Amino acid sequence: MFDLLSQPVGLTHYLIVGAVMFVAGAVCMATKRNALGVLMGIELVLNGANLNFVAFGSNFLERNPAYQLGLDGQIISLFVIVLAAAEAAVALAIVLNFYNNHSTVDVDRADELKG
Amino acid sequence: MGNRNGGRWMGEINGHTVLFLFFGILTCLFSLAVVFSANVVRMAFYLILALAATSGLHFLAGADFVGTMQLVLYVGGTLVLLVFGVMLTAQNPFISLRTAGGDWIVAALVGGILLVILVPVAFQIGLPPQDAGDIEGLTQREAVASSEPVSVPTATRIGLGLLGVPGDDVSGYLLPFEIISIHLLVVLVGAAYLARAKRKVVVRQESQNIAGS
Repeated sequence: MFDLLSQPVGLTHYLIVGAVMFVAGAVCMATKRNALGVLMGIELVLNGANLNFVAFGSNFLERNPAYQLGLDGQIISLFVIVLAAAEAAVALAIVLNFYNNHSTVDVDRADELKG
Repeated sequence: MGNRNGGRWMGEINGHTVLFLFFGILTCLFSLAVVFSANVVRMAFYLILALAATSGLHFLAGADFVGTMQLVLYVGGTLVLLVFGVMLTAQNPFISLRTAGGDWIVAALVGGILLVILVPVAFQIGLPPQDAGDIEGLTQREAVASSEPVSVPTATRIGLGLLGVPGDDVSGYLLPFEIISIHLLVVLVGAAYLARAKRKVVVRQESQNIAGS
């Protein structure tokens, strides 16, 4: 335990947190029946990937200098944040439209296109 | 940034590590809380907390501008939008939709496989190099990456990079910046078109029915 507290933060720490966020988002997308829950899973997945970009671009972590992005990682993660905002706006509009037309947000009942 | 080469004795506590563990554990716990909570309102709240803790991790990695944008755009913008969506659709049968047991098993299987793939890769890639290496053979970026970190605000260099001025550890990003600007404009116009109210026609028909009867 004290070993964990005294060793410097490395790239591995960030990658593990990013992996946990990514897996939580993927499981969230797979299990939630509420359309907004699926959206929240997508946000978690994007944030996990974003955290990896920032970690690979950071100068403050113990890591191999061959794996580094510099500021490019931060700029890409800014792009991801903007894309996530756009995606959330469109997806929310679709969910509200679906709710207005069908009076439900259960994704299992969106099966009108089923053959 | 604390002691990079380890203390004289094992118990010497690294402040950076303590803060990282605080924010990292909060992030993981709230992400898992989003998954295991059934109530959609609580899920939105846990998601806000998870993303705020993630911005703390960004600050600890030296990405001050990205951390600020995470707080301002994500927590302040996107999630407020999501909370509005929750409030507009939170009728009683939809607040907590139960998932079937079979879905949980399949999702746990997929998640477990993903975790088994990702965690060993994290341990493999994250290791620092075995020998210190000579600075001479490195490219300029690697030299920047292996030098002792200094805490310089990143906003100026990010802004110059977005304007297409390459720096010593950043490329020019003018074209992606323009593309993403147009993309955001088109997407917001499309979202406004999709979400517009269409109830007026129905109301007019109903009033005609009332007038006819």
